[in-house]
Amino acid sequence: MTTVPLPYRVTAVSEETADCVSLEVTPVGRALPEFSPGRFAMVYAFGVGEVPISVSAIRDGHRLVHTVRAIGAVTGALCRLRAGDAVGLRGPYGIGWDLDAAAGSDVLVVAGGIGLAPLRPVVRHVLNHPGHYGRLHVLIGARTPADLLFGGELEHWRRASAQVEVTVDRPGPGWCGSVGVVTTLLDRADWRPARTTALICGPEVMIRHTARALLARGLPAHRLQVSLERNMRCGTGHCGHCQLGPLLLCRDGPVVGYDRTRSLLAVREL
Amino acid sequence: MTGWPLLLESLPRVQRDRLFTLADERDFSAGSTLFDEGGIADRFWLIRSGEVALDVYVPGRRAQVVETLGPRQQLGWSWIFPPYRWHLGARALGAVRTWEFPAAEVRELCMADTELGYELMLRCAALIADRLQATRLRLLDLYTPHGSVPS
Ligand SMILES: Cc1cc2nc3c(=O)[nH]c(=O)nc-3n(C[C@H](O)[C@H](O)[C@H](O)COP(=O)(O)OP(=O)(O)OC[C@H]3O[C@@H](n4cnc5c(N)ncnc54)[C@H](O)[C@@H]3O)c2cc1C
Ligand code: FES
Repeated sequence: MTTVPLPYRVTAVSEETADCVSLEVTPVGRALPEFSPGRFAMVYAFGVGEVPISVSAIRDGHRLVHTVRAIGAVTGALCRLRAGDAVGLRGPYGIGWDLDAAAGSDVLVVAGGIGLAPLRPVVRHVLNHPGHYGRLHVLIGARTPADLLFGGELEHWRRASAQVEVTVDRPGPGWCGSVGVVTTLLDRADWRPARTTALICGPEVMIRHTARALLARGLPAHRLQVSLERNMRCGTGHCGHCQLGPLLLCRDGPVVGYDRTRSLLAVREL
Repeated sequence: MTGWPLLLESLPRVQRDRLFTLADERDFSAGSTLFDEGGIADRFWLIRSGEVALDVYVPGRRAQVVETLGPRQQLGWSWIFPPYRWHLGARALGAVRTWEFPAAEVRELCMADTELGYELMLRCAALIADRLQATRLRLLDLYTPHGSVPS
Protein backbone atom coordinates (compact mmCIF):
# COMPACT_ATOMS: atom_id res chain seq x y z
CA MET A 1 0.00 0.00 0.00
CA THR A 2 1.29 3.44 -0.91
CA THR A 3 1.22 6.32 1.56
CA VAL A 4 2.00 8.83 -1.18
CA PRO A 5 -1.01 10.03 -3.19
CA LEU A 6 -1.20 8.59 -6.69
CA PRO A 7 -2.47 10.82 -9.48
CA TYR A 8 -6.02 10.16 -10.64
CA ARG A 9 -8.05 12.04 -13.21
CA VAL A 10 -11.71 12.95 -12.88
CA THR A 11 -13.42 11.16 -15.75
CA ALA A 12 -17.05 11.96 -14.94
CA VAL A 13 -18.93 14.28 -12.61
CA SER A 14 -22.58 13.96 -11.73
CA GLU A 15 -24.44 16.41 -9.56
CA GLU A 16 -26.43 14.44 -7.03
CA THR A 17 -27.96 17.34 -5.08
CA ALA A 18 -27.27 21.06 -4.64
CA ASP A 19 -24.23 20.36 -2.43
CA CYS A 20 -23.25 16.84 -3.41
CA VAL A 21 -21.45 15.44 -6.43
CA SER A 22 -20.25 12.03 -7.52
CA LEU A 23 -16.77 12.04 -9.01
CA GLU A 24 -15.58 9.13 -11.09
CA VAL A 25 -11.79 8.99 -10.94
CA THR A 26 -9.43 6.89 -13.05
CA PRO A 27 -5.73 6.25 -12.37
CA VAL A 28 -3.36 8.24 -14.54
CA GLY A 29 -0.62 5.64 -14.16
CA ARG A 30 -0.35 3.06 -11.40
CA ALA A 31 -3.66 2.22 -9.75
CA LEU A 32 -4.34 1.74 -6.06
CA PRO A 33 -5.12 -1.80 -4.92
CA GLU A 34 -8.77 -2.78 -5.30
CA PHE A 35 -11.29 -1.21 -2.90
CA SER A 36 -14.14 -3.07 -1.25
CA PRO A 37 -17.45 -1.58 -0.05
CA GLY A 38 -17.08 0.51 3.11
CA ARG A 39 -13.38 1.25 2.69
CA PHE A 40 -12.19 4.76 1.96
CA ALA A 41 -9.50 6.75 0.20
CA MET A 42 -7.66 9.83 1.39
CA VAL A 43 -8.54 12.19 -1.45
CA TYR A 44 -6.24 15.12 -2.05
CA ALA A 45 -7.54 18.29 -3.69
CA PHE A 46 -4.29 19.79 -4.95
CA GLY A 47 -3.24 22.89 -3.06
CA VAL A 48 -6.15 22.66 -0.63
CA GLY A 49 -5.88 19.50 1.43
CA GLU A 50 -6.78 15.88 1.92
CA VAL A 51 -9.92 14.24 3.35
CA PRO A 52 -11.22 10.70 3.84
CA ILE A 53 -13.97 9.81 1.37
CA SER A 54 -15.59 6.39 1.00
CA VAL A 55 -16.09 4.64 -2.30
CA SER A 56 -19.66 4.92 -3.50
CA ALA A 57 -19.06 2.69 -6.53
CA ILE A 58 -16.22 0.60 -7.88
CA ARG A 59 -16.11 0.25 -11.65
CA ASP A 60 -13.91 -2.30 -13.42
CA GLY A 61 -11.75 -2.60 -10.33
CA HIS A 62 -9.75 0.61 -10.70
CA ARG A 63 -12.22 3.33 -11.63
CA LEU A 64 -13.65 4.64 -8.40
CA VAL A 65 -16.64 6.81 -7.64
CA HIS A 66 -16.63 9.10 -4.62
CA THR A 67 -19.76 10.94 -3.62
CA VAL A 68 -18.78 14.10 -1.81
CA ARG A 69 -20.80 16.59 0.15
CA ALA A 70 -19.37 20.10 0.25
CA ILE A 71 -19.08 21.15 3.86
CA GLY A 72 -15.69 22.87 4.07
CA ALA A 73 -12.52 23.82 2.25
CA VAL A 74 -11.44 20.44 0.90
CA THR A 75 -14.82 18.91 0.17
CA GLY A 76 -15.83 22.25 -1.38
CA ALA A 77 -12.81 22.11 -3.70
CA LEU A 78 -13.57 18.48 -4.62
CA CYS A 79 -17.15 19.37 -5.47
CA ARG A 80 -15.92 22.08 -7.86
CA LEU A 81 -13.75 19.66 -9.88
CA ARG A 82 -14.62 19.08 -13.52
CA ALA A 83 -13.91 16.19 -15.88
CA GLY A 84 -10.23 16.23 -16.79
CA ASP A 85 -9.07 17.73 -13.46
CA ALA A 86 -6.51 15.90 -11.37
CA VAL A 87 -6.74 14.60 -7.77
CA GLY A 88 -4.41 12.56 -5.58
CA LEU A 89 -5.58 9.36 -3.94
CA ARG A 90 -4.16 7.14 -1.17
CA GLY A 91 -5.74 3.94 0.02
CA PRO A 92 -7.64 1.74 0.27
CA TYR A 93 -7.92 2.36 4.01
CA GLY A 94 -9.93 0.96 6.85
CA ILE A 95 -12.11 -2.05 7.27
CA GLY A 96 -15.19 -2.24 5.09
CA TRP A 97 -18.56 -3.93 5.50
CA ASP A 98 -18.31 -7.60 6.42
CA LEU A 99 -20.52 -8.96 3.67
CA ASP A 100 -19.43 -12.54 4.33
CA ALA A 101 -21.01 -12.28 7.75
CA ALA A 102 -24.26 -11.32 6.05
CA ALA A 103 -24.25 -14.28 3.66
CA GLY A 104 -27.38 -16.38 4.00
CA SER A 105 -29.25 -13.77 5.99
CA ASP A 106 -31.59 -10.93 5.07
CA VAL A 107 -29.82 -7.61 4.73
CA LEU A 108 -31.15 -4.39 6.19
CA VAL A 109 -29.40 -1.22 5.12
CA VAL A 110 -30.20 1.95 7.07
CA ALA A 111 -28.70 5.15 5.69
CA GLY A 112 -28.93 8.77 6.79
CA GLY A 113 -27.94 11.64 4.50
CA ILE A 114 -24.52 11.22 2.88
CA GLY A 115 -24.34 7.86 4.74
CA LEU A 116 -26.01 6.31 1.72
CA ALA A 117 -22.80 6.81 -0.28
CA PRO A 118 -20.70 4.12 1.48
CA LEU A 119 -23.72 1.82 1.52
CA ARG A 120 -24.47 2.06 -2.19
CA PRO A 121 -21.81 -0.55 -3.10
CA VAL A 122 -23.38 -2.88 -0.51
CA VAL A 123 -26.81 -2.59 -2.11
CA ARG A 124 -25.33 -3.17 -5.56
CA HIS A 125 -23.30 -6.13 -4.32
CA VAL A 126 -26.32 -7.80 -2.70
CA LEU A 127 -28.44 -7.24 -5.81
CA ASN A 128 -25.68 -8.63 -8.00
CA HIS A 129 -25.47 -11.83 -5.94
CA PRO A 130 -28.98 -13.23 -5.88
CA GLY A 131 -29.15 -16.39 -3.83
CA HIS A 132 -26.27 -15.37 -1.53
CA TYR A 133 -28.47 -13.22 0.64
CA GLY A 134 -32.12 -13.24 1.68
CA ARG A 135 -34.35 -10.22 1.38
CA LEU A 136 -32.87 -6.77 1.00
CA HIS A 137 -34.41 -3.76 2.74
CA VAL A 138 -33.00 -0.28 2.23
CA LEU A 139 -34.27 2.41 4.59
CA ILE A 140 -33.16 5.94 3.81
CA GLY A 141 -33.53 9.14 5.79
CA ALA A 142 -32.85 12.52 4.19
CA ARG A 143 -33.30 16.08 5.34
CA THR A 144 -35.55 17.15 2.47
CA PRO A 145 -36.63 15.44 -0.78
CA ALA A 146 -34.05 17.60 -2.60
CA ASP A 147 -31.26 16.14 -0.44
CA LEU A 148 -31.99 12.57 -1.47
CA LEU A 149 -29.00 10.90 -3.09
CA PHE A 150 -29.07 8.59 -6.11
CA GLY A 151 -32.75 9.36 -6.75
CA GLY A 152 -32.90 7.65 -10.14
CA GLU A 153 -31.09 4.55 -8.92
CA LEU A 154 -33.54 3.84 -6.10
CA GLU A 155 -36.23 2.85 -8.60
CA HIS A 156 -33.74 0.52 -10.20
CA TRP A 157 -33.08 -1.15 -6.82
CA ARG A 158 -36.82 -1.56 -6.28
CA ARG A 159 -37.24 -3.21 -9.66
CA ALA A 160 -34.35 -5.52 -8.81
CA SER A 161 -36.26 -6.82 -5.72
CA ALA A 162 -35.01 -4.52 -2.95
CA GLN A 163 -37.61 -2.99 -0.67
CA VAL A 164 -36.61 0.65 -0.59
CA GLU A 165 -38.28 3.09 1.80
CA VAL A 166 -37.46 6.76 2.05
CA THR A 167 -38.41 9.26 4.70
CA VAL A 168 -37.58 12.96 4.97
CA ASP A 169 -37.44 15.32 7.92
CA ARG A 170 -38.92 18.23 6.02
CA PRO A 171 -41.26 17.59 3.12
CA GLY A 172 -41.52 20.17 0.39
CA PRO A 173 -44.59 20.81 -1.74
CA GLY A 174 -45.31 17.81 -3.90
CA TRP A 175 -43.71 15.23 -1.60
CA CYS A 176 -46.16 12.40 -0.94
CA GLY A 177 -43.78 10.01 0.77
CA SER A 178 -43.01 9.45 4.44
CA VAL A 179 -42.10 12.23 6.84
CA GLY A 180 -40.26 11.48 10.07
CA VAL A 181 -37.07 9.97 11.42
CA VAL A 182 -35.63 6.91 9.72
CA THR A 183 -36.39 4.66 12.71
CA THR A 184 -40.12 5.01 12.03
CA LEU A 185 -39.59 3.00 8.86
CA LEU A 186 -38.46 0.03 10.96
CA ASP A 187 -41.97 -0.63 12.18
CA ARG A 188 -43.47 -0.47 8.73
CA ALA A 189 -40.97 -2.56 6.78
CA ASP A 190 -41.65 -6.26 6.90
CA TRP A 191 -38.18 -7.32 8.05
CA ARG A 192 -37.30 -10.30 10.22
CA PRO A 193 -35.02 -9.33 13.14
CA ALA A 194 -33.89 -12.88 13.88
CA ARG A 195 -32.73 -13.48 10.29
CA THR A 196 -31.25 -10.11 9.47
CA THR A 197 -27.83 -8.53 9.29
CA ALA A 198 -28.11 -4.75 9.56
CA LEU A 199 -25.67 -2.14 8.30
CA ILE A 200 -26.00 1.50 9.36
CA CYS A 201 -24.24 4.64 8.18
CA GLY A 202 -25.19 8.23 8.89
CA PRO A 203 -24.76 10.92 11.50
CA GLU A 204 -23.59 9.38 14.78
CA VAL A 205 -26.76 10.36 16.67
CA MET A 206 -28.83 8.66 14.00
CA ILE A 207 -26.62 5.55 14.26
CA ARG A 208 -27.08 5.39 18.04
CA HIS A 209 -30.84 5.72 17.88
CA THR A 210 -31.24 3.34 14.96
CA ALA A 211 -29.04 0.74 16.64
CA ARG A 212 -31.10 0.93 19.84
CA ALA A 213 -34.32 0.65 17.86
CA LEU A 214 -33.02 -2.40 15.98
CA LEU A 215 -31.92 -4.17 19.16
CA ALA A 216 -35.24 -3.37 20.82
CA ARG A 217 -36.95 -5.17 17.96
CA GLY A 218 -34.85 -8.28 18.48
CA LEU A 219 -31.82 -7.89 16.21
CA PRO A 220 -28.79 -9.50 17.91
CA ALA A 221 -25.94 -6.97 18.49
CA HIS A 222 -23.40 -9.16 16.71
CA ARG A 223 -25.46 -8.88 13.54
CA LEU A 224 -25.20 -5.14 13.44
CA GLN A 225 -22.40 -3.23 11.72
CA VAL A 226 -22.02 0.53 11.91
CA SER A 227 -19.73 2.90 10.03
CA LEU A 228 -18.25 5.57 12.29
CA GLU A 229 -16.52 8.74 11.29
CA ARG A 230 -13.94 10.73 13.16
CA ASN A 231 -11.62 13.40 11.85
CA MET A 232 -8.80 11.66 10.05
CA ARG A 233 -5.36 12.84 9.02
CA CYS A 234 -3.00 9.97 8.27
CA GLY A 235 -5.46 7.17 7.54
CA THR A 236 -2.81 4.68 8.55
CA GLY A 237 -3.19 4.37 12.31
CA HIS A 238 -0.27 6.63 13.22
CA CYS A 239 -1.45 10.13 14.09
CA GLY A 240 -4.23 9.29 16.56
CA HIS A 241 -6.74 11.83 15.22
CA CYS A 242 -9.43 9.24 14.65
CA GLN A 243 -9.32 7.65 18.07
CA LEU A 244 -12.50 6.28 19.66
CA GLY A 245 -11.49 4.74 22.98
CA PRO A 246 -9.24 1.78 22.21
CA LEU A 247 -9.99 2.00 18.46
CA LEU A 248 -8.27 3.97 15.74
CA LEU A 249 -11.14 4.22 13.31
CA CYS A 250 -9.00 4.65 10.19
CA ARG A 251 -7.44 1.28 10.95
CA ASP A 252 -10.02 -0.60 13.08
CA GLY A 253 -13.01 0.99 11.32
CA PRO A 254 -14.79 2.87 9.90
CA VAL A 255 -17.04 -0.21 9.89
CA VAL A 256 -17.19 -1.76 13.34
CA GLY A 257 -19.41 -4.42 14.89
CA TYR A 258 -21.91 -2.78 17.19
CA ASP A 259 -21.12 -5.23 19.98
CA ARG A 260 -17.62 -3.68 20.03
CA THR A 261 -18.62 -0.04 19.91
CA ARG A 262 -21.89 0.06 21.76
CA SER A 263 -20.38 1.19 25.08
CA LEU A 264 -17.97 3.60 23.35
CA LEU A 265 -20.80 5.40 21.59
CA ALA A 266 -22.42 6.14 24.93
CA VAL A 267 -19.33 7.91 26.32
CA ARG A 268 -19.62 11.67 26.00
CA GLU A 269 -15.97 12.56 25.45
CA LEU A 270 -13.28 10.11 24.44
CA MET B 1 -42.29 -9.20 13.96
CA THR B 2 -45.84 -10.42 14.29
CA GLY B 3 -47.54 -8.13 11.83
CA TRP B 4 -49.96 -7.02 14.57
CA PRO B 5 -50.40 -3.29 15.07
CA LEU B 6 -47.70 -2.20 17.51
CA LEU B 7 -50.28 -1.27 20.15
CA LEU B 8 -51.47 -4.86 20.27
CA GLU B 9 -48.21 -6.71 19.72
CA SER B 10 -47.67 -9.33 22.43
CA LEU B 11 -50.92 -8.38 24.16
CA PRO B 12 -52.55 -11.56 25.52
CA ARG B 13 -55.10 -12.86 23.06
CA VAL B 14 -58.08 -12.51 25.44
CA GLN B 15 -57.33 -8.85 25.95
CA ARG B 16 -56.75 -8.27 22.27
CA ASP B 17 -60.09 -9.91 21.45
CA ARG B 18 -61.83 -7.83 24.08
CA LEU B 19 -60.47 -4.66 22.52
CA PHE B 20 -61.32 -5.81 19.02
CA THR B 21 -65.00 -6.24 19.91
CA LEU B 22 -65.05 -2.44 19.90
CA ALA B 23 -63.26 -2.02 16.57
CA ASP B 24 -64.77 -1.28 13.19
CA GLU B 25 -63.03 -1.71 9.90
CA ARG B 26 -62.93 1.67 8.23
CA ASP B 27 -61.30 2.72 4.98
CA PHE B 28 -60.45 6.18 3.74
CA SER B 29 -59.90 7.29 0.18
CA ALA B 30 -56.85 9.25 -0.93
CA GLY B 31 -56.96 12.86 0.18
CA SER B 32 -59.76 12.43 2.70
CA THR B 33 -59.56 14.15 6.07
CA LEU B 34 -59.59 11.91 9.12
CA PHE B 35 -59.64 14.84 11.52
CA ASP B 36 -58.75 18.50 11.81
CA GLU B 37 -56.63 20.26 14.40
CA GLY B 38 -58.85 21.32 17.32
CA GLY B 39 -61.62 18.85 16.46
CA ILE B 40 -63.07 16.44 19.02
CA ALA B 41 -60.84 13.42 19.54
CA ASP B 42 -63.54 10.80 19.98
CA ARG B 43 -61.79 7.88 18.25
CA PHE B 44 -58.44 6.51 17.20
CA TRP B 45 -57.20 4.20 14.50
CA LEU B 46 -54.73 1.40 13.97
CA ILE B 47 -53.48 1.60 10.41
CA ARG B 48 -53.64 -1.63 8.42
CA SER B 49 -52.33 -0.26 5.14
CA GLY B 50 -51.63 3.09 3.52
CA GLU B 51 -50.15 6.31 4.85
CA VAL B 52 -51.62 9.17 6.82
CA ALA B 53 -50.03 12.63 7.02
CA LEU B 54 -50.24 14.63 10.24
CA ASP B 55 -50.24 18.34 9.63
CA VAL B 56 -50.31 21.71 11.31
CA TYR B 57 -52.30 24.59 9.93
CA VAL B 58 -50.12 27.63 9.35
CA PRO B 59 -52.08 30.79 8.45
CA GLY B 60 -51.37 31.98 4.93
CA ARG B 61 -49.63 28.74 3.96
CA ARG B 62 -50.58 25.23 3.03
CA ALA B 63 -50.95 22.87 5.97
CA GLN B 64 -47.43 21.71 6.87
CA VAL B 65 -46.93 17.97 7.14
CA VAL B 66 -44.95 17.19 10.29
CA GLU B 67 -45.04 13.40 10.24
CA THR B 68 -46.55 10.48 8.37
CA LEU B 69 -47.82 7.26 9.88
CA GLY B 70 -48.09 3.93 8.12
CA PRO B 71 -49.02 0.28 8.56
CA ARG B 72 -49.07 -1.11 12.14
CA GLN B 73 -48.91 2.36 13.64
CA GLN B 74 -51.46 4.02 15.87
CA LEU B 75 -53.11 7.20 14.70
CA GLY B 76 -54.20 9.45 17.52
CA TRP B 77 -53.56 9.72 21.23
CA SER B 78 -55.40 12.98 22.03
CA TRP B 79 -58.43 10.85 22.98
CA ILE B 80 -56.65 9.72 26.15
CA PHE B 81 -56.62 13.03 28.01
CA PRO B 82 -59.21 15.79 28.42
CA PRO B 83 -60.12 18.03 26.68
CA TYR B 84 -60.06 15.32 23.98
CA ARG B 85 -59.14 17.64 21.12
CA TRP B 86 -56.82 16.81 18.22
CA HIS B 87 -53.43 18.51 18.38
CA LEU B 88 -52.81 18.04 14.66
CA GLY B 89 -54.79 17.37 11.51
CA ALA B 90 -54.69 14.04 9.64
CA ARG B 91 -55.16 13.31 5.95
CA ALA B 92 -55.00 10.07 3.98
CA LEU B 93 -52.10 10.19 1.51
CA GLY B 94 -53.45 7.29 -0.52
CA ALA B 95 -56.10 4.68 0.14
CA VAL B 96 -55.93 3.84 3.86
CA ARG B 97 -57.36 0.80 5.64
CA THR B 98 -57.82 1.01 9.39
CA TRP B 99 -59.40 -0.42 12.45
CA GLU B 100 -61.32 2.37 14.12
CA PHE B 101 -61.84 2.42 17.89
CA PRO B 102 -64.39 4.58 19.73
CA ALA B 103 -62.50 6.51 22.41
CA ALA B 104 -65.14 6.69 25.14
CA GLU B 105 -65.79 2.96 24.99
CA VAL B 106 -62.09 2.12 25.06
CA ARG B 107 -61.66 4.37 28.11
CA GLU B 108 -64.61 2.64 29.79
CA LEU B 109 -63.10 -0.76 29.00
CA CYS B 110 -59.81 0.40 30.53
CA MET B 111 -61.61 1.42 33.73
CA ALA B 112 -63.51 -1.85 33.90
CA ASP B 113 -60.52 -4.06 33.09
CA THR B 114 -57.68 -2.21 34.78
CA GLU B 115 -55.11 -4.82 33.82
CA LEU B 116 -55.88 -4.26 30.14
CA GLY B 117 -56.19 -0.54 30.82
CA TYR B 118 -52.73 -0.43 32.40
CA GLU B 119 -51.20 -2.35 29.50
CA LEU B 120 -52.82 -0.11 26.92
CA MET B 121 -51.83 3.07 28.70
CA LEU B 122 -48.23 1.84 29.03
CA ARG B 123 -48.15 1.25 25.30
CA CYS B 124 -49.72 4.60 24.51
CA ALA B 125 -47.20 6.30 26.82
CA ALA B 126 -44.37 4.54 24.98
CA LEU B 127 -45.82 5.75 21.68
CA ILE B 128 -46.02 9.33 22.92
CA ALA B 129 -42.43 9.10 24.23
CA ASP B 130 -41.27 7.74 20.86
CA ARG B 131 -42.90 10.57 18.96
CA LEU B 132 -41.43 13.12 21.37
CA GLN B 133 -37.97 11.63 20.93
CA ALA B 134 -38.34 11.54 17.13
CA THR B 135 -39.40 15.18 17.13
CA ARG B 136 -36.38 16.13 19.22
CA LEU B 137 -34.04 14.34 16.85
CA ARG B 138 -35.50 16.16 13.90
CA LEU B 139 -35.01 19.48 15.71
CA LEU B 140 -31.29 18.66 15.76
CA ASP B 141 -31.36 18.91 11.97
CA LEU B 142 -29.03 15.94 11.86
CA TYR B 143 -28.34 15.75 8.17
CA THR B 144 -27.02 19.28 7.79
CA PRO B 145 -23.22 19.31 7.60
CA HIS B 146 -22.60 19.79 11.30
CA GLY B 147 -25.80 18.38 12.70
CA SER B 148 -26.71 21.86 13.87
CA VAL B 149 -28.35 22.28 17.24
CA PRO B 150 -31.07 24.92 17.39
CA SER B 151 -29.94 27.86 19.50
C1 LIG C 1 -14.02 7.11 6.93
C2 LIG C 1 -14.71 8.34 6.43
C3 LIG C 1 -15.42 8.28 5.25
C4 LIG C 1 -16.05 9.43 4.76
N1 LIG C 1 -16.75 9.34 3.58
C5 LIG C 1 -17.31 10.45 3.08
C6 LIG C 1 -18.01 10.38 1.83
O1 LIG C 1 -18.12 9.34 1.20
N2 LIG C 1 -18.53 11.53 1.36
C7 LIG C 1 -18.43 12.73 2.04
O2 LIG C 1 -18.93 13.73 1.54
N3 LIG C 1 -17.81 12.80 3.23
C8 LIG C 1 -17.24 11.71 3.75
N4 LIG C 1 -16.57 11.81 4.95
C9 LIG C 1 -16.55 13.09 5.65
C10 LIG C 1 -15.48 13.98 5.07
O3 LIG C 1 -14.22 13.40 5.28
C11 LIG C 1 -15.55 15.37 5.76
O4 LIG C 1 -16.70 16.01 5.32
C12 LIG C 1 -14.34 16.19 5.41
O5 LIG C 1 -13.24 15.70 6.12
C13 LIG C 1 -14.53 17.67 5.74
O6 LIG C 1 -13.39 18.34 5.28
P1 LIG C 1 -13.41 19.82 4.71
O7 LIG C 1 -12.00 20.29 4.56
O8 LIG C 1 -14.27 19.94 3.51
O9 LIG C 1 -14.10 20.59 5.83
P2 LIG C 1 -13.38 21.26 7.05
O10 LIG C 1 -13.13 22.68 6.63
O11 LIG C 1 -12.29 20.42 7.58
O12 LIG C 1 -14.52 21.15 8.06
C14 LIG C 1 -15.66 21.92 7.97
C15 LIG C 1 -16.50 21.57 9.16
O13 LIG C 1 -16.88 20.20 9.10
C16 LIG C 1 -16.53 19.51 10.27
N5 LIG C 1 -16.04 18.19 9.92
C17 LIG C 1 -14.80 17.82 9.60
N6 LIG C 1 -14.73 16.51 9.37
C18 LIG C 1 -15.94 16.03 9.54
C19 LIG C 1 -16.51 14.74 9.45
N7 LIG C 1 -15.76 13.64 9.24
N8 LIG C 1 -17.84 14.62 9.63
C20 LIG C 1 -18.60 15.70 9.92
N9 LIG C 1 -18.11 16.93 10.04
C21 LIG C 1 -16.80 17.09 9.86
C22 LIG C 1 -15.43 20.32 10.89
O14 LIG C 1 -15.48 20.16 12.30
C23 LIG C 1 -15.77 21.71 10.47
O15 LIG C 1 -16.68 22.30 11.36
C24 LIG C 1 -15.96 10.67 5.47
C25 LIG C 1 -15.24 10.73 6.65
C26 LIG C 1 -14.63 9.58 7.14
C27 LIG C 1 -13.87 9.66 8.42
S1 FES D 1 -6.20 9.10 11.04
FE1 FES D 1 -4.25 8.96 11.92
S2 FES D 1 -4.47 7.35 13.32
FE2 FES D 1 -6.34 7.36 12.26
